[in-house]
Amino acid sequence: MNEQELRQLIAKVKAGTLSRRAFVRMMVGMGLTAPLAAQMLAYSGLAHAQPASAYKPTKRGGGGTLKCLWWQGATLLNPHFAVGTKDQEGSRIFYEPLAGWDADGNLVAMLAAEIPTQQNGGLARDGMSVIWKLKKGVQWHDGKPFTADDVVFNWEYATDPAVAAVSVGSYRDIKVEKLDSHTVKVIFQKPTPYWADAFVGVRGMLIPKHLFENFRGAKSREAPTNLKPVGTGPYKFVDFKPGDMVRGTINTAYHEPNKPHFDAIEMKGGGDAISAARAVLQTGEFDYAWNIQVEDEILLRLEESGKGRSEITPGANIEHIQLNNTDPWTEVDGERSSATTKHPLFSDPAVRRAMAMLVDRAAVQKHIYGRTGIATGNFLNNPPRFTSKNTRWEFNVEKANQLLDAAGWKRGADGIRVKDGRKLKLLYQTSINAPRQKNQAIVKQACQKAGIEVEVKAVTASVYFSSDVANPDTYTKFYCDMQMYTTTMPQADPGVFMNQFCSWEIAAKANKWQGRNITRWKSEEYDKAYRGAESELDPVKRAALFIRMNDLVIENQVVVPVVYRPRVSSVAKRLRAPLSGWDNDFWNLRDWYREG
Amino acid sequence: MAGSTPASPTADAALPGLAARRTSLGLEAWRRFRRHRLALAGALILGLMILAVLLGPLAWRVPINEIDFAAKLQGSSLAHPLGTDDLGQDLLARMLYGGRLSLAVGLAAMIIAVVVGVIIGAIAGISRGSVDAALMWLTDLFLSLPQLPLLLLIIYLFRDALRALAGPEVGMFVLIVAVIGGFRWMPVARLVRAQFLSLREKEFVEAARALGATPLRLVARHILPNSLGPVIVAGTIDVAAAIIAESTLSFLGLGFPPDIPTWGRILYDAKDHLDVAPHWAVVPGGAIFLAVLSINYLGDGLRDALDPRKVM
Repeated sequence: MNEQELRQLIAKVKAGTLSRRAFVRMMVGMGLTAPLAAQMLAYSGLAHAQPASAYKPTKRGGGGTLKCLWWQGATLLNPHFAVGTKDQEGSRIFYEPLAGWDADGNLVAMLAAEIPTQQNGGLARDGMSVIWKLKKGVQWHDGKPFTADDVVFNWEYATDPAVAAVSVGSYRDIKVEKLDSHTVKVIFQKPTPYWADAFVGVRGMLIPKHLFENFRGAKSREAPTNLKPVGTGPYKFVDFKPGDMVRGTINTAYHEPNKPHFDAIEMKGGGDAISAARAVLQTGEFDYAWNIQVEDEILLRLEESGKGRSEITPGANIEHIQLNNTDPWTEVDGERSSATTKHPLFSDPAVRRAMAMLVDRAAVQKHIYGRTGIATGNFLNNPPRFTSKNTRWEFNVEKANQLLDAAGWKRGADGIRVKDGRKLKLLYQTSINAPRQKNQAIVKQACQKAGIEVEVKAVTASVYFSSDVANPDTYTKFYCDMQMYTTTMPQADPGVFMNQFCSWEIAAKANKWQGRNITRWKSEEYDKAYRGAESELDPVKRAALFIRMNDLVIENQVVVPVVYRPRVSSVAKRLRAPLSGWDNDFWNLRDWYREG
Repeated sequence: MAGSTPASPTADAALPGLAARRTSLGLEAWRRFRRHRLALAGALILGLMILAVLLGPLAWRVPINEIDFAAKLQGSSLAHPLGTDDLGQDLLARMLYGGRLSLAVGLAAMIIAVVVGVIIGAIAGISRGSVDAALMWLTDLFLSLPQLPLLLLIIYLFRDALRALAGPEVGMFVLIVAVIGGFRWMPVARLVRAQFLSLREKEFVEAARALGATPLRLVARHILPNSLGPVIVAGTIDVAAAIIAESTLSFLGLGFPPDIPTWGRILYDAKDHLDVAPHWAVVPGGAIFLAVLSINYLGDGLRDALDPRKVM
């Protein structure tokens, strides 16, 4: 799909022959995110749809206690220090951003009075600035008013190097000016297509200036309010035990009428995904459980008890198999998988192509992930006319065999193929997780039939996903031939997401394996497309560039996508919880209620 | 005292006859062992298990990793006597294959732990002063080491080297056995030392020493055989602990590759499906249970049989 076709589609949305939602779905199917798609429409003069809230209760409170289960408990409650989702979620109970993202990728105003658009003058035509109008009459939990000074302070706080805020990436390249007591202007250094990053969503939660002012710089970690938050959110802080329990009580002065519904909230930490699912779906001890990475078969069985349901929220996370481009078995300058080497087996494109054919994605979806993982060979899933020929996927052992035969890989006495004295023997690693081990078994069996010997390895998740430089088993070191995990998209914009195939991002000893290009793939064409997208202001041209990048990755079998994984939560039967794949689970906690 | 006091009236009464038919120590032990019913049953079960895992795969030729989704989570049937797991893989084949590893790991680790423990305990027990103190410090040191981080370190350091040398399965086997054995000898060493401290002051040892026996002979001939009772029991417990430790390592991703079905691994995989496919967990769980119980009874019987002071 090219720029032309995209423009035609947008014209259709304008004319009303194509719904906004259908357009967004289509773009998501092509690997763009819903927020990006919605912003494409916004830039094309189509304002964000303002989704109506489905909140029913007509009075504040009276809903009892909302009991949530996070199998990894929050460890601190300052959104600027929140490394993992668990900390972000814990903070989100008390703090709010200017706006959040809903499930369709639309911005929903929280502390902003309205969403900036070109029509209301909030969005500059040259893409160099955004003006946010703040909601008036909002109070912090201690009664002080919320003003533009707080917003400016958050930017100063996040960008202070001595504070070492995790959120710095969203604030580093902007300037924030106070226009009046309830208006701020965000100024960009260069035309920025994705303007709704700072002060929005996950990284956008705002902390009060009057309580954090004295804890800037090196003292920032000593602030008592890091553990006792005072925010603007629907619940006020009561009690916090790191890793175990966060308690809140109703904020009777909340800035929206009739909200929130619950009198108190508890966020309990600990356990594992399956016991969390049980606690909601089977025993009904809790109302909500987050991030349920459990085989669908087990979920369906638990749901039979009728106490709750699974909520499946589409996002952009993809479970994929990476094929190493470098040699993991030769050490160069103290590192294996050095970018200066070539993989002894995968340097043959036939082996890569065969491998892509040996992953039985349909079986993985059907027998492992079910509703929680949809088989995909590419990012262009729907509708079929957007699926380019070279990114179609199939599972075909026969064809893989022919391909390898043709490339000169002959079967040896033990059934394993050999060429030039090199055996087709691969080490395939992933984290310890029952669905992943089953996935490994399925791939291994198919490879066996094609004369490829696969040795599987599983590393405990806390090691595998750690950034420990001394540990050889981390995914960034990639000291094996293939590995499988889910790449998540913490930001709603694919700009950061897609840099994981850029040549300057290659993970290596020199950058302490912090580079995001784990496959160590190098492609000038890809780099050029990415550079182009970075400075491209026209969202349609930018989208076309991202689609091209996706195709390049698939055509060259840099990775073999397996399933696209929506977020799964367990929700008690009567609880209504609007969730979004582009923001925290608690993004719209104010609208949560229990049906009578 | 042990020699002068009659152990029991019956033993006393049998004394004249005993002198006439002198049985060897081994035969005597066997006679005593046979009278311990549970030990005999344990030996039989363990023997059957070992036989099954050694010869079973020759008779039951279903591959251990044949995926068949049509047959997943099935109970026992003709095609799959022990049922299947969630990938439709045959449990009997996997149990037989895994049993080899689990039993071998358990027995080999036990042997290492017992041998190292006995040697260190014996040296510490027989030598006084600084050697004893140093060895006990070493034992205390090992006891106080945080095992898990150290395990991680050892495995990270040597895994790849051993894998290259002997392949993933054998290399891992050597490493796991060495690691588990190397961390379980301390209780044995303490037991042996305690036995030695008490036994070496006994009259029969003094008598032997007075007759000019060398320390080595004292240990090997007089003290050690008399101190083996608790060691055997500790050893049997070690077998069980090693089988379980191996599954812990698998759980952490440091054991055998995840597709190698040791009993601990099968049990771990089965835990999420307990409610619909209990057979999947019951089979490996039962096997571990039976193996551990049999070994414990066997140890019990052996201790009684090898303890000449015990009257049966």
